[in-house]
Amino acid sequence: MSFPSTLTEAMSPTAEPKSDLLAKLSEVDRSMKVLGVFFTVCGLLWLMAGTLFALVASIKMHNVDFLGDSEFWTWGRVRSAHLNAMIYGWAFNVSFAVAPWIMARLCRTRVRFTNIFLFGGIFWNIGVVIGVYGILAGHKVGVEWLEFPAYVTPILALAFAFIGVWVILLFRWRQTGHVYVSQWYFLAAFFWLPWLYAMAQIMIVHEPARGVVQSLTNWWFAHNVLGLWLTPIAVGAAYYLIPKVLGRPIYSYYLSVIGFWALALFYNWAGVHHLIGGPVPAWVISAGTVASVMMVIPVIVVAINHHMTVVGLHREGWASPTIRFVVFGAINYTAVSLLGSAMALRSVNEITHFTHFTVSHSHHGVYSFFTMIMFGGIYYMLPRLLNREWPSAMLISLHWWTTAVGVTLMVIVLAIGGFIQGLQLNAIDPETETAAFEFLEVMRATIPYMVMRSLTGVLITIGHVAFFINIIWMLSRRAADGSESKPTLLTPGA
Amino acid sequence: MRSLPLLFLGVFFTIASSWVGIVLVSNIQLGGLEPATPELTDAEGNPIAGVFFEDPETGEMRLGLNQDGVEAWPVPLVGAAQRGKRVYEQMGCLYCHSQQVRRQGFGSDYERGWGERQSVARDYIHQERVMLGTMRTGPDLSNVGLRYSELWQHQHLFNPKITSRDSLMPRYAFLYEVRPISETRGPSPNAIEIPEDYHPGPGELEVIPTQRARDLVAYLMNLRQDYDLPEMRREQ
Repeated sequence: MSFPSTLTEAMSPTAEPKSDLLAKLSEVDRSMKVLGVFFTVCGLLWLMAGTLFALVASIKMHNVDFLGDSEFWTWGRVRSAHLNAMIYGWAFNVSFAVAPWIMARLCRTRVRFTNIFLFGGIFWNIGVVIGVYGILAGHKVGVEWLEFPAYVTPILALAFAFIGVWVILLFRWRQTGHVYVSQWYFLAAFFWLPWLYAMAQIMIVHEPARGVVQSLTNWWFAHNVLGLWLTPIAVGAAYYLIPKVLGRPIYSYYLSVIGFWALALFYNWAGVHHLIGGPVPAWVISAGTVASVMMVIPVIVVAINHHMTVVGLHREGWASPTIRFVVFGAINYTAVSLLGSAMALRSVNEITHFTHFTVSHSHHGVYSFFTMIMFGGIYYMLPRLLNREWPSAMLISLHWWTTAVGVTLMVIVLAIGGFIQGLQLNAIDPETETAAFEFLEVMRATIPYMVMRSLTGVLITIGHVAFFINIIWMLSRRAADGSESKPTLLTPGA
Repeated sequence: MRSLPLLFLGVFFTIASSWVGIVLVSNIQLGGLEPATPELTDAEGNPIAGVFFEDPETGEMRLGLNQDGVEAWPVPLVGAAQRGKRVYEQMGCLYCHSQQVRRQGFGSDYERGWGERQSVARDYIHQERVMLGTMRTGPDLSNVGLRYSELWQHQHLFNPKITSRDSLMPRYAFLYEVRPISETRGPSPNAIEIPEDYHPGPGELEVIPTQRARDLVAYLMNLRQDYDLPEMRREQ
């Protein structure tokens, strides 16, 4: 084995001699096959279920009579079923599929004891099924992001313990000396999440803390699921996929160090900006606002690193399904984070808090950024695990256009509608010193935006169906006979 | 990165810092809050402005004491209201309704008549489940118990359009029993009055709230922050 000559090269996932590397990676891929496919399929099923809940909840926001007499499908439950199916079902499963696979590849190791991981995964999904059913059946906990009934959380905690221990073990088996930036992000994420989840469950659900300490713990947890779990998983995946597909090392090793530590330092303080103006101590809010603004540093650093790696290779990137989705996600990471920092300022928050602007922002983060990068990861991973190509480039293209356009429009529509809603809610008539708009008037003004949101949701649903068909089609085909070893590209002749 | 112990320590200490800062310190600050009388006193029983007073002997700042013989607020929910809170939680009311009044000058909470004063941490100390809310598709409910009658609440839950035209709120008709009026006993005294346009069958059917509907309305009628707390008297 030859050693890379510079540090930057050593840190790059593309640095090893090709023949050695390919032999090792194909061995890794073989050992990860069952896990990767299992979690991808579970994630896919949750994505479809979550989409269904989303559509029902969205339609109810402008047409209250839709399923209006069903207790099971009442808005307050479907909304939570949507969030939890998407986060604990889709986002967690797809993270379990993509992150450990990248980790195993970077460790260059043949994985062992995969049954531990699989066991954890099966229990995780059983837990989520019971949890989502529990929400719809009326056993939910009234805490955002922690709606699963209290009886299901021990199952989830135990399942995650198996998964987390296995990922740490995997890292211990590594055959390589250097540790690539994606591995830091994944290790940190698998360490942070159980802490967050255990603390939140204990202090809110099982042994409730006094009064608004619960709310502070709630937003410390909920925002950190985004910041310390979904974000490191997606950023780590992008750090692997962009240089890998484009065959070019990451722009700057040193920037990636700064980016990682700045995220670790600031993101976990940011969550309390959800309580600005609320009955909590002012110093906590100030600390949260400062941390939210400081998030500009890791975001800009990661943006430079990702985008400078892509610069000049746009044509090649456009042809690759992986790069299309991942770069779209990376661009939106920059956008959503800068917007988030702005929203944490008291003067902006006064308008956007309590409105659809926040809903826009959360879809911007979880979908435009996280989910799109994960789509890219699956487009790269599955052909390598299954040793066969995607059956239809047309379906990939359809998936790309409907989701990229759909979610962008959704984010814009909700942001505009929400901002107007916020301005109207706050407007005070200077003469009478009463609210300038009746509450029902403000609510009525949001309805056109709610209708548009449903339409963008239909667009995204079409994309998910295309994705679903493509994966099922791919799984049901025979393995490649060597005649189709070329990757599926989206632009002819590229 | 070469030093893995350093990586682990860093990862550990970053999350530990925010947990200590946000969760633990605020628990130390707020975890001991108790119900308070509108005005607190110093050790000699003289009224003080705000929450703290200076001990004349040591010069230390000490927490004020509750006045003797004056009711301390807030009081815990009991009975139907307590059960009703569970219904509120199960129906997901908190995704559209907040329970926090912001100070005058920040938003329009005060001008909308949602509360005469800002909500403070002490208002929530008895709540096992705090539902401050993050969305206002519907109005704030911190003081909804002061604004409407029980009948209004029942009509609004049965079909929100009865009281609020064009409302986007889901109807909770499944919390009500619609049944034929008894021929022998006549209309039930528990039946709620529903305007003819929205009535499922005027003259033949009657609408009876179930236990859950009565509990939920009891809870809503108990949502009020109309008592004074010493925090309000702090000199700004």
